Amino acid sequence: MKIARSLLATAVCTALAAPALADLNVGVVVSATGPAASLGIPEKNTIALMPTSIGGEKVNYIVLDDASDTTTAVKNTRKLLTEDKVDVIVGSTITPNSLAMIDIVAEAETPMISMAASARIVDTANPKVKWVFKTPQNDIQMSTAIVEHMTNAGVKTVAFIGFADAYGEGWYQEFSKIAEARKLKIVANERYNRADTSVTGQVLKVLAAKPDAVLIAGAGTPAALPQKALKEKGFKGAYYQTHGVANKDFLRVCGKDCEGTFLPAGPVLVAAQLPADNPIKKVALDYVGKYEAAHGKGSTSTFGAHAWDAGILLQNAVPLALKKGKPGSKEFKLALRDALEGLKNVTVSHGIVNMSAQDHLGFDQRARVMVQVVNGDWKLIQ
Amino acid sequence: MTSRHLLIVFVVLLGLGPLVLPEFYITLLNYIGLYALVALGLVLLTGVGGLTSFGQAAFVGLGAYATAALTTATDLPAWLLPLANPWGGLLAGLLVTAAVALLLGVLTLRLSGHYLPLGTIAWGISLYFLFGNLQFLGGHTGISGIPTLSIAGIELRDGRHYYYLIWAVLLAAVWLTHNLLDSRAGRAIRALKGGVVMAEAMGVDTARTKTIIFLIAALFACLSGWLYAHLQRFVNPTPFGLHIGIEYLFMAVIGGAAYVWGALVGAALITVLKQWLQDLLPQLFGATGNFEVIAFGLLMIVVLHRARDGLWPWLVRWLPEKSALAERHRDAPPLPRRPVPAVGSPLLEVKDAIKQFGGLVANDHMSLHVNAGEILALIGPNGAGKSTFFNLVTGVNPPTAGEVRFMGERVDGHTSRMIARMGMSRTFQHVRLLAGMTVLENVALGAHMRGKHGVPAAMLHLEREEEHCLLAEAARHCQRVGLGEHLQDAAGSLPLGKQRIVEIARALAADPCLLLLDEPAAGLRFMEKQALAELLKQLRAEGMGILLVEHDMEFVMDLADRVVVMEFGKKIAEGLPHAVQSDPAVIEAYLGGVE
Amino acid sequence: MDLQIALLLAQDGIVNGAIYALLALALVLVFAVTRVIFIPQGEFVAYGALTLASFQIGQTPGTLWLLMVLGVAVAALDAPALWRQGCRAGPKIYGLIGRQIAYPLVIAALVLGAQPKEWPMLLQVLLALAVVVPLGPQLYRVAYQPIAEAPVLILLIVSVALHLALVGLGLLFFGAEGSRTPAFSDASLEVGGLTISGQSLWVVGASLVLIVALYVFFERSLYGKALRATAINRAGARLMGISTTLAGKLSFLLAAAIGALSGILIAPLTTIYYDTGFLVGLKGFVGAIVGGLASYPVAAAGALLVGLLEAFSSFHASAFKEVIVFTLIIPVLVWRSLTTRHVEEEE
Repeated sequence: MKIARSLLATAVCTALAAPALADLNVGVVVSATGPAASLGIPEKNTIALMPTSIGGEKVNYIVLDDASDTTTAVKNTRKLLTEDKVDVIVGSTITPNSLAMIDIVAEAETPMISMAASARIVDTANPKVKWVFKTPQNDIQMSTAIVEHMTNAGVKTVAFIGFADAYGEGWYQEFSKIAEARKLKIVANERYNRADTSVTGQVLKVLAAKPDAVLIAGAGTPAALPQKALKEKGFKGAYYQTHGVANKDFLRVCGKDCEGTFLPAGPVLVAAQLPADNPIKKVALDYVGKYEAAHGKGSTSTFGAHAWDAGILLQNAVPLALKKGKPGSKEFKLALRDALEGLKNVTVSHGIVNMSAQDHLGFDQRARVMVQVVNGDWKLIQ
Repeated sequence: MTSRHLLIVFVVLLGLGPLVLPEFYITLLNYIGLYALVALGLVLLTGVGGLTSFGQAAFVGLGAYATAALTTATDLPAWLLPLANPWGGLLAGLLVTAAVALLLGVLTLRLSGHYLPLGTIAWGISLYFLFGNLQFLGGHTGISGIPTLSIAGIELRDGRHYYYLIWAVLLAAVWLTHNLLDSRAGRAIRALKGGVVMAEAMGVDTARTKTIIFLIAALFACLSGWLYAHLQRFVNPTPFGLHIGIEYLFMAVIGGAAYVWGALVGAALITVLKQWLQDLLPQLFGATGNFEVIAFGLLMIVVLHRARDGLWPWLVRWLPEKSALAERHRDAPPLPRRPVPAVGSPLLEVKDAIKQFGGLVANDHMSLHVNAGEILALIGPNGAGKSTFFNLVTGVNPPTAGEVRFMGERVDGHTSRMIARMGMSRTFQHVRLLAGMTVLENVALGAHMRGKHGVPAAMLHLEREEEHCLLAEAARHCQRVGLGEHLQDAAGSLPLGKQRIVEIARALAADPCLLLLDEPAAGLRFMEKQALAELLKQLRAEGMGILLVEHDMEFVMDLADRVVVMEFGKKIAEGLPHAVQSDPAVIEAYLGGVE
Repeated sequence: MDLQIALLLAQDGIVNGAIYALLALALVLVFAVTRVIFIPQGEFVAYGALTLASFQIGQTPGTLWLLMVLGVAVAALDAPALWRQGCRAGPKIYGLIGRQIAYPLVIAALVLGAQPKEWPMLLQVLLALAVVVPLGPQLYRVAYQPIAEAPVLILLIVSVALHLALVGLGLLFFGAEGSRTPAFSDASLEVGGLTISGQSLWVVGASLVLIVALYVFFERSLYGKALRATAINRAGARLMGISTTLAGKLSFLLAAAIGALSGILIAPLTTIYYDTGFLVGLKGFVGAIVGGLASYPVAAAGALLVGLLEAFSSFHASAFKEVIVFTLIIPVLVWRSLTTRHVEEEE
């Protein structure tokens, strides 16, 4: 009985003491398992590298895995808001989960920084988006770069092979819009699943359409499958990938079949090759250095850098917000939101951020570079 | 304190929950409620009805998508405008789900054995990918901006308010399901697990019953989806995939798939356990790996090793004894009986019936007749074709050729259910009782055809009067065959001989004019046999016809008016007991002649 | 669609179908002997391929640790019973320790000490099999043997739980990104303008060899006959002195071997991920069910059918591929269900 009572007392005490009041609590929702794990794991690893104090305040990061599932993402968000009383939420990794979280954070009047791609997440037509920011480039920005590169290279017709999920869908929507505007004809639109063992059918369809170039919209190593199949079947046109493939594992799996492939990416991918006067270079190299020190050489991915950038935004905005209120208070969260929206000329590993009430991403042309796979490595070409 | 008191305490605690619990507990309870609603459908479908489904998540999706599409669409055609609100969404969802469930039910419920679970996987996956590929449903990205619900002017934006809606719906569903299972229609559902042949012989339309429970489970899932959509206010395909469908089944089985409350226990355990692991494991192993799902899987294996019927029966052991069933049915008026045919009038006439299985002729030109008020014994060595003949007469396996007349009407080609309705009841050589049900309920299943109230009335318990009559009738037959003290015992707990007697009581409860008994005396002790013979004589005196297959010669010869002997599918002798006993062909068949 | 494309699609369908067929055979085998619907079958595909890939890039696969941990677990579970038998059980105890403790240690010494990265491919494949295949009977001992007599539904749910745990472990061991291994041969065959890669011949050939080998095993060998007897009548087989536990372990051993080998065969043709196994296994399962979980040839034919359906629908409407494949399965199921004489099970 005595033991039970003391256990109970301990439990109650811990429960009450959990959110230490003065600290800044950052809730993180990542897709560390499930289909989006290859994106979420580097993000999760990056959180562990983030500074433990900002503006003199101790920062607690509470990281929860949403298993690439919207229900879990929303449940986790509610937990972070109501149990851990976080001041800001970073996440989630993928678009559907981030969209599902918007309502919750807006109601709790807590700012959120998404690490997912779709422009819909920060579409300011939705008043709730007032509370939502994001760090990855919009698909449309990347699509424009690809279309530009294609038209410059004289490509007239292009085939699209994408994931049968939100990633492939988002890319097709943006890419087809710009391609149409630039008179680039999409002659095939094919889908495949991340875990498919064969894409022969899709590849044959693409070959039959005889495109000048092909764009493969997949994330991580699964994007290598269509490219290898196309090579094997003798497709001679130009190959384009999306920034989703930007990690070393993709190069390892795709091997020599990916030589010459073009893709748009955040500058962090080729940080070392950036000109010395580019302010992004220093920030990006700093991240790469820290990540590789912890996880081994060649282990960085641009996805982890999105989490890092969210951290940089916080490091810039939190000191401003601290002047208006104590962490944990309503005023602080509102001030943090205002500070995030007011960020100007903040250099992050993916670009330079200039936020405004209409633009909760804040990137410009400097946030993307064209990269080519040369000798089994990424090479900056623009 | 009885179970009823506990239930009241539980409901009161639930009602007080939002006033005292921290907000996140309410969030968890909301999800538990939503999951339990789906799992409850699976209890009915899988645990009770024996139909395993992996596809329930797709029905949740239909419910969620129907309301999401209707409440967020901007360019609806005019005729759909009245539905463009959550209530319209609910109605549309239920209608769409019912239509899809009926279609899938027609297609897949006739699948036998393992074809059914795979069938549910197949349409589960198909619907999931369909959600993702239809642009008006938001594609893989999803639909956002679903409005909140308002009831009587109160906007249910706060989780605490929504909580009451979810749990009111869930408790209502539990109540309806509980009522349903405790009724004539419920016994029909439970009979599905005893096999199609038995259920049909009791007059249960098994195809219809399967469709009904499939429909109910689908509608519960749809309702959960509707609640989910307005709680989440965002809908995309991932929560409706096969993995989640498997998880619902998981909840039902872990909680106790055969018990209504098992759904709740399972949903609660899995939701809380996952949350707990998410909090605990990073403290134990650090934040780098993802151990939750591994630990979860291993824990579930341990639970299933320790409690294979799920947690509910394990929990129930700690609950107070179930209060003895109220014996209100004792004073219920007797059920109307069918007119008794005059003694000596023909009941069953079989002429030249042939049953072939491929090249094997199991019954060859069999002819016999049974009159009202007589006992005809059908005897013969093992493998002579007696059971085939039983199946042929009762419509389980209709004859290849020949004629079967019952009460003057041709019945070859009739289903066994139709024949049963006309007044022919049977027992089985291998006892087919529902082991987990009480003796009384098993016997009441026999009276199935004498009631008429269906599922809706049963769910609301509007058929109590008829139910009392049915139970009273069943109790009377139990008394009559000498099972008076076993009414509330589980049928499976009786010795095999007694179980055969339960089968006879069940057959009698149908108020038959012809009784077919397949080896009723096997496994009985001497005194029990005498009591059985006494009973059969009494029934004969009341004008019932009895066709008896039995190996116990003494029993047969003492009892039967006439005897028919079969060997190799053919009738080799017919006549009075003593004449047959001295027939050389019969002696040869039994003792083996000189080849 | 011209003939050329049709032929290419058919070839693709047959190669995938061959793998599904192998898995279907393993599933039928396990189900017939133990009544377990072995959902984690797919995990062996992934484990086999990824363990091999780890050797090739000079890493130590996590499956090695799993082998050792499960070995200790099995030894701990079996030892008390042997202990009670006293001195008579001496040789059995040595056998147990040899299989569950010494064997994993030897394999670990090989992996850690002998640098399999430098080995010829065949030896790497054998080592990968030596690590992954024993996991099958070990998992049977730990997860299924204690509830071998439980209803099919419970065994199925245990399978689901085991599948979840194994996928989680796969992510932990191998990471989220996939791997490919080099082809067994770079040769390719030209037939009527159609190029057939050496690896796809390997897949189809190895599948055929395995199917024939299984046939011989079941028809000729004592163990094979014991398995068949158990499949037909568990109680009867037990009366004849065939241990259902041994039969269970043996069927899991075969299933693990078939799964791991399938993974190793397709790893050069596609990228394998920690979670690839589930969908591949599911399609094998479809084949197995079409075969009624009883008939090996029909199961193989069903699996081929799935492979072909998949290839052709991915050409015609790739976004709807799964919708098409799984919707078309339903009429096949209805047809099979109606034509199979269904004997009602006695409870």
